[in-house]
Amino acid sequence: MGIIRPRVPQVFHRSTNTIARVTIFGALIVVAAAGYGLALVNRSSYVTTAGLAIEQPVPFSHRHHAGELGIDCRYCHTSVEISAKAGIPPTQTCMNCHKQIWSDSPMLEPVRASFRTDASIPWVKVHDLPDFVYFNHSIHIAKGVGCETCHGRIDHMNLTWQQNSLQMEWCLECHRRPERYVRPKEEVFKMGWQPPNGDQLALGRELLEANRVHPKTDCDTCHR
Amino acid sequence: MSSRVMARALGVAAFGLALVAAPGCRQDMHDQPKYVPYRGSRFFKDGRSARPRIPGTVSRGERDDDTLLVTGKADGKLAEVFPEPVTLAMLERGHQRFDIFCSPCHDRAGTGQGMIVMRGYKQPTSFHDERLRGMPPGYFFDVISNGFGVMPSYAAQVPVADRWAIAAYVRALQLSQHATVADVPAESRTAFLEGKTLDPKTGLPMQDAAPPDGRAAGSGHE
Ligand code: HEC
Ligand code: HEC
Ligand code: HEC
Ligand code: HEC
Ligand code: HEC
Ligand code: HEC
Repeated sequence: MGIIRPRVPQVFHRSTNTIARVTIFGALIVVAAAGYGLALVNRSSYVTTAGLAIEQPVPFSHRHHAGELGIDCRYCHTSVEISAKAGIPPTQTCMNCHKQIWSDSPMLEPVRASFRTDASIPWVKVHDLPDFVYFNHSIHIAKGVGCETCHGRIDHMNLTWQQNSLQMEWCLECHRRPERYVRPKEEVFKMGWQPPNGDQLALGRELLEANRVHPKTDCDTCHR
Repeated sequence: MSSRVMARALGVAAFGLALVAAPGCRQDMHDQPKYVPYRGSRFFKDGRSARPRIPGTVSRGERDDDTLLVTGKADGKLAEVFPEPVTLAMLERGHQRFDIFCSPCHDRAGTGQGMIVMRGYKQPTSFHDERLRGMPPGYFFDVISNGFGVMPSYAAQVPVADRWAIAAYVRALQLSQHATVADVPAESRTAFLEGKTLDPKTGLPMQDAAPPDGRAAGSGHE
């Protein structure tokens, strides 16, 4: 018996097989690459605004006040230990010192104007969680999470910027394993703190025990 | 290139762009139409959503019945006593609050040479001055609440209980600069004169002779 040849003439060239294969796998690669690109963009400072110094109506410098002058965070952010909000200081707080010091500096004119007219200084928000997220400073301070852990070296910033992404994965990364970050309660306001013998994990585990630190990861912890 | 291929290519490009731009969108649920702290208002003339207190009202928990506690005065005169017994916890709280709110000008020892004074602020009298050593506790409470000369009032930053705690700590600071050997408990005096460290809580010599932890003595900022 001879070979039965197909009646249909060969429409496609043999190379088409390769092209088809390349297209199928190629599509997968393109989708994966797009997903990866998306994830990169989503975490970039373009989206999160992390690392971008924000222009303010008054060029207030934490480096100057908190760093060089050594003023404690709580002098200005008075409610950080007792409420959800750390609080932005009212104009009166600036005037405590600036009524006398640098009292005719042009840089401080908006502060004086605000004091005269009782209009608020329009500070631009640096951090802004979406309204559907619940965050509370006081619990973090009470359980030994340092300002520095979330806000970075504020005492080195001339204009303030956001250090971390504030995305959900960032919150969860700590809520799942807080021993990597917690510090003794009296070190919370200190910038540049290091675990005394370099062993954060051992100290962290002790502190979790001593201060009964158990952050939750249930959705209704942060979305209520 | 045919126009159909062009159109398709454009479509793919547009889709890709939309995909990349999507996470940048911040929509309704991010910024809900409600007042949250520090969010402005277009309804009120001063542009603030936080409303000032209506004149003549008293907020819950704000006590104005106990004049000694709230004014630092008894029978119109500065109080010679504290409204409640001074405890170690109160002194520790006062220490912490003093370092936050007073030390920028009065410095940690109360001599009046804080960082802000170094930068040109008027130098206050040292707390160890004879006149101030003779002042009753109510005086310190009064100065924190109402200010004194060029020093502003700290009533907005320091709540009533903390003002008393600071007043108690200022008293402790004053005593610390004028302590004599007679103030050391009799049973520890020999050890003290030999140069041994005493436990601040019990007043007895420290059990182990290890030097105090240098780390805790840091000033809080580098
Ligand atoms: C002399 C007053 C003062 C002191 C002391 C101070 N701050 Fe601030 N802080 C401000 C003012 C005013 C702003 C608003 C302007 C800005 O964002 O820079 C601010 C803004 C911030 C913000 C950003 C707020 C936002 O808009 O999201 C953070 C975070 C912050 N401070 C943390 C700290 C920490 C941590 C310390 C202590 C190391 C500290 N601050 C000490 C006055 C102060
Ligand atoms: C667990 C992380 C975390 C820690 C610790 C933390 N912050 Fe924040 N902080 C945040 C987040 C998140 C926001 C944004 C809140 C929002 O947008 O509602 C914020 C906002 C702020 C703001 C802006 C005003 C406000 O209250 O929303 C200030 C000021 C501030 N923090 C100061 C501090 C200071 C001072 C400390 C240390 C005593 C501190 N923070 C510790 C996460 C933290
Ligand atoms: C405890 C005292 C104190 C308080 C409170 C304070 N400042 Fe200052 N500030 C100073 C001193 C001191 C200097 C100047 C230091 C020097 O001599 O270099 C200064 C300098 C400045 C300068 C100009 C210097 C520079 O280059 O940064 C600005 C702007 C300023 N402060 C803004 C503010 C604002 C806004 C507030 C309120 C949120 C404030 N300050 C609260 C003490 C204070
Ligand atoms: C560096 C560590 C860390 C980061 C980052 C962090 N948290 Fe927390 N969080 C904690 C710890 C520790 C607690 C205290 C848990 C406890 O009660 O023992 C806590 C508690 C909380 C609570 C209180 C839970 C309750 O039971 O009421 C909320 C709400 C919360 N965190 C929200 C957030 C949000 C939102 C973010 C991100 C914007 C965040 N946290 C980032 C460590 C962290
Ligand atoms: C520790 C706090 C925390 C917990 C727990 C948490 N979230 Fe979130 N979630 C956040 C924060 C912060 C954001 C805002 C992220 C941003 O702005 O990019 C967020 C955003 C979201 C969004 C919106 C994303 C968007 O882009 O609009 C969804 C959906 C969400 N969370 C679902 C959940 C679910 C489901 C759970 C439980 C498995 C959960 N979250 C638990 C903190 C938390
Ligand atoms: C911004 C700098 C500054 C800060 C912060 C400050 N003071 Fe003063 N204080 C002064 C100055 C300056 C004087 C002297 C005023 C005068 O003679 O006009 C003074 C005076 C006083 C006096 C009166 C001394 C006398 O001569 O009778 C007392 C008491 C006092 N301060 C206590 C405090 C306490 C307690 C705090 C903390 C809650 C504090 N001060 C915070 C600058 C400050």
